[in-house]
Amino acid sequence: MALFEVKNLSLHYLTRFGSKVHAVSDVSFELEEGEILGIAGESGCGKTTLVSGLMGLCIPPLYPSQGDVFVEGDPLMNRTPQDIRENILSRKVSMIPQGAFNALNPTRKIKDLAMDVIVSHEGKKAKKKEMYERIFNRFELLGMETARVLNSYPVQLTAGERQRSVIGISTLLNPKMVIADEPTSALDVTTQKQVIGMIFDLLEKKVFSTMIFITHELPLLRHVADRICVMYAGEIVEMGTSEQLVFDPRHPYTKALMSAMLSAEEGARGKKPEAIEGAPPFLGNEIIGCRFAPRCKYAKEDCKTKKMEIRIVGDRQVRCDYAE
Amino acid sequence: MKILKNLLKEPTFVFGSGLFLLTIGLAIFGPYIFTINTESVNLPYQNPGAGLILGADHLGRDMLSMLISGLKNSLFVGFMAGTIATTLGTLLGVYAGYKGGILDDIINMVTNLVLVIPSFVVLLLISASLEEGRSLQLIALIIGLTTWTWTTRSVRAQTSSLKSSEHINLARVNGASTFTILTKHILPYLLSYIFMVFIIQVASGILQEASISMLGLGPYDSISLGNIMNDAMKNEALGDGVWWAFIPASMLITSIVFSLYTLNTSMEGVFNPALRK
Amino acid sequence: MPNNEIIFEGKNLVKEFGHGKTLCTALKGMNFQIKEGEIVTLVGGSACGKSVLAKHMLGFLLPTKGEFLYRGKKITNQRDHWQDVQPIFQDPFSAFNQFYTIREQLEDSFNVFYKKPSKAEVKKRVDDALLAVNVQPSELEGKFPFELSGGQMQRMLLARIFALKPKVLIADEATSMVDACVRANILDYLMKLKEELNMTIIFITHDIGLAYYVSDRIFIVDDGQIIEQGTPDEVALTPKTAVTRHLLDDIPDIHKPWIVRKGHAQ
Repeated sequence: MALFEVKNLSLHYLTRFGSKVHAVSDVSFELEEGEILGIAGESGCGKTTLVSGLMGLCIPPLYPSQGDVFVEGDPLMNRTPQDIRENILSRKVSMIPQGAFNALNPTRKIKDLAMDVIVSHEGKKAKKKEMYERIFNRFELLGMETARVLNSYPVQLTAGERQRSVIGISTLLNPKMVIADEPTSALDVTTQKQVIGMIFDLLEKKVFSTMIFITHELPLLRHVADRICVMYAGEIVEMGTSEQLVFDPRHPYTKALMSAMLSAEEGARGKKPEAIEGAPPFLGNEIIGCRFAPRCKYAKEDCKTKKMEIRIVGDRQVRCDYAE
Repeated sequence: MKILKNLLKEPTFVFGSGLFLLTIGLAIFGPYIFTINTESVNLPYQNPGAGLILGADHLGRDMLSMLISGLKNSLFVGFMAGTIATTLGTLLGVYAGYKGGILDDIINMVTNLVLVIPSFVVLLLISASLEEGRSLQLIALIIGLTTWTWTTRSVRAQTSSLKSSEHINLARVNGASTFTILTKHILPYLLSYIFMVFIIQVASGILQEASISMLGLGPYDSISLGNIMNDAMKNEALGDGVWWAFIPASMLITSIVFSLYTLNTSMEGVFNPALRK
Repeated sequence: MPNNEIIFEGKNLVKEFGHGKTLCTALKGMNFQIKEGEIVTLVGGSACGKSVLAKHMLGFLLPTKGEFLYRGKKITNQRDHWQDVQPIFQDPFSAFNQFYTIREQLEDSFNVFYKKPSKAEVKKRVDDALLAVNVQPSELEGKFPFELSGGQMQRMLLARIFALKPKVLIADEATSMVDACVRANILDYLMKLKEELNMTIIFITHDIGLAYYVSDRIFIVDDGQIIEQGTPDEVALTPKTAVTRHLLDDIPDIHKPWIVRKGHAQ
């Protein structure tokens, strides 16, 4: 049994005007223990919505339409947020959010925030001193001045230290897996590199073993993830190893994405990135055919009218009937 | 239109608006259904009976006629006070929130000052110092002028968080004047919120009027629900078991205020989907 | 450069926020010149001061010390400034008012001009701008912002620029929220417009790849200072300062080694 499994998950928002926006459609994947899966796509493609779904936290106006998420076989949909918080979050699945500043209560010190997590899941069994020691030992792994950071309020820390603290706190209870939603997007590149280095370190020290890493930066994902799935307009369009996706993409969208990549190396100035016309569709209307078809240069007659299903091509998944 | 459709799906909204329309209907259509006569033509505290559905008050006036006229006046005071408080509060709040700077500081200071003065006491003092001039309009004006503060505060907070939105910056580089930005780019976003605030202001206006009238400081020489209660209190209706002198009036006040509060909460659910279950 | 007029000039430009204990110096003495028709990109990490500099260029902020000049003059009237200088913002989702149609808002943007063109002319210019960014005007009829996707909305911000035809464009992270394909597309259009109008473009980004591709010159901004300026090749390939070298090293690139995770295929 896979550690984490998503089966045909679809989610929609109910707008204040009563219409539906189908933000995530028919997402399926499995995650084995020890794997790092990257999810890529532009903003508005449903990545962040998917994260809420992956944790079973569909808070209105977000609603599940169909499908389910299983953690070690345990379904998450249609459970109360309280149930999810008590039984799933922090212990089995932990979340690292994008804005560390919003995630930390500004009126409490880092050590208190960490203790809160222990107490809320394990009760007040342990003495304060024991808990502090446990937190201290864990924070030692994060490569910061542990004593100072633990005794600081969030505002007294740098952005990098805050994000590391968030990661430290959310992995305190040794969750099976971590879902990181753009964990480094708000940081500058230097701090980003340090934080990613620290995540690698925690992986190596087996604090947690499995991760879903979400970002719109493909180059970053190439260095972090084992497998990458690319999302377009709420659907997964291609999933394969990061090597495959970056250097040998098959879906027309992934292909376009890779050839539009800009990089600062000699000679890159002369190479014009491949531009494709149009923009992703609005998801308020039901779309029957392939969602990329209107922009696809390989599109055939029937692409706009028939529903595209995920197909296995070689050892990867592609949502295109004509990809080889 | 879709908003209305959604609202109609909300049972609390249907209940709240139904109850409210019923009371308004009584105030508007009551005079066409029943003969209204507020002269002392009956015996004092005459029992309810044929032609006198709810009996008479201590002066022998038809209670039903009194209630319908009183309801009309109470609603008038509530709406006028609510309109004054909401308009004033919104204008000051939006302006202070968007402009910031010294004007914001001044508005803020005045708001806080008025906020800490117990408005009900001010209301009592002003009412007590006036006698003949205490008209319905004046009472409504006083209520309006003492209750705008919390509208200002909440509208100001909403405005200043909206101010940093990119569409405001775009409006600025489109050459929009401050007035245009306030009316076209900020107010529409706050409209549903302001409407809910207005409802609460109306409800509290009705309650405040009832309260001061109860204490005998209400509108002079006009009938209002609070005045009816005050008359009943002064003339010992309670001790004499004359239930029709105070129960119908208090029920009317309760049902208006309750319906307005219900309306407010039901709308919150629709306008702010995060609160929806 | 056919025309060498200096568009923006910073002379020891300093910007401070707050005072006393909360004093924070965002710009610590910047010196630079940007000439007409140039494409200059400000590159730097978050909170390095590049966005504060962009706000000066747009006339949203005035310097605390030093001088910031547009065509040799201080910016005194915002509306005057906006006749020539217009932005594309980062977040397409919040850039439009939800209560009016996109079309209305595109037409409203002509209000910035002291001499507003006639109604028919405005309509024609909006139509042309939409066609220029490859959107059929009829498709947009009666559409509100919440009926478009982020990429479509970013294109509308671009159409606005095509309609207004400003002399200077400030693009603050203008493509950071759209995918690489939409980005390449938007850059294509911008370059076309630049050729047509000899427009000066200032990009603000943390993406050195983008900077390298589009710019005539790159400014590396760090800690409120411009620490390096030069042609893309000078800055990106042979950086002079350690900070720039470091910055370049830290940016993940698909072709270059970065941090290596044990057991991960490189």
